[in-house]
Amino acid sequence: MNKKLLIPLVVFLVLLGFLFAGLWRDPREVPSPLIGKPAPPFKLTQLHDPAKTLTPEDMKGQVWLLNVWASWCVSCREEHPILVALGKTKVVPIIGLDYKDESSAGMKWLTQHGDPYTLSIVDRDGRVGIDFGVYGVPETFVIDKSGTIRYKQIGPITAAALEQKILPLVRELQQSS
Amino acid sequence: MSTLRFLLTLLALVCAPLVHAAEAVPTAQDPVAQSRAVRLSEQLRCLVCQNQTIAESNADLALDLRQQIREQIAAGKSDDQIMQYMVSRYGDFVLYNPPFKATTLLLWLGPALLLAIGVIVLARVLRTRRASAQEVTLSPEERERAARLLGEPPKETT
Repeated sequence: MNKKLLIPLVVFLVLLGFLFAGLWRDPREVPSPLIGKPAPPFKLTQLHDPAKTLTPEDMKGQVWLLNVWASWCVSCREEHPILVALGKTKVVPIIGLDYKDESSAGMKWLTQHGDPYTLSIVDRDGRVGIDFGVYGVPETFVIDKSGTIRYKQIGPITAAALEQKILPLVRELQQSS
Repeated sequence: MSTLRFLLTLLALVCAPLVHAAEAVPTAQDPVAQSRAVRLSEQLRCLVCQNQTIAESNADLALDLRQQIREQIAAGKSDDQIMQYMVSRYGDFVLYNPPFKATTLLLWLGPALLLAIGVIVLARVLRTRRASAQEVTLSPEERERAARLLGEPPKETT
């Protein structure tokens, strides 16, 4: 058989490979340039006690999760039971960032659905969200002891993402000094 | 009386849009800053609705980012600084005109590469076709037979 006839077949198979791989990729997931960079500084008031504030400096020395959520966010409900379960294990502190939300609505939502957060802070105008490159709520950041962002989950945390990516990474980061 | 009422109604109708127009307040006082803000936001992708610029999009995030651009222009930032601000948060993907660098090499050169491959393939195909279509020389007997078949009187010479 003429070898030249195989060329279109090979080209077709390569194309097929690319298209097939594309099936499992989410075009909405844009890799964050913040991975490996220090968490942007902020100073936000706490949801349950507006007199108090929180900055990333306060979390230095421990591995923590920053979960961006809002009471108006529908897919936040999807991941919330997973967060509540994770909060109960006390494996890692979870800071909730109530993004572009009314504080009263946020607090009501937490009493309704359960509060997994070590602490909740409010980003009323979404400015800190922009600094973190947030474009679709919910988003979750894993931040290490030195305050560097190590991982970003775009969209709801799934049980698989938690078990396979987030928790192993958290354990690894907790062990390293 | 009814004519007067008619005229008054007409007047009110004509004036209604004018009153409405007078209520519209310009979004920015400075037209130069405004045109800069528009130009910048036309070069940035809205990550919520990915095939729109933040100038076109009405997503909340696009509104916030347009606001950011206006504020930064007001703060005296240069266009490059504003673009850098966006890229450092959202990555190169926010730029509708992606930069030319190692990771985007295939993106920029891919089409040219495909075109080059196409031209090479076309050239080869044409060459082989020309080679196979080379003039066939006929022997005198064949020529005579062909002429007979075509119904022409056979020529005297070869």
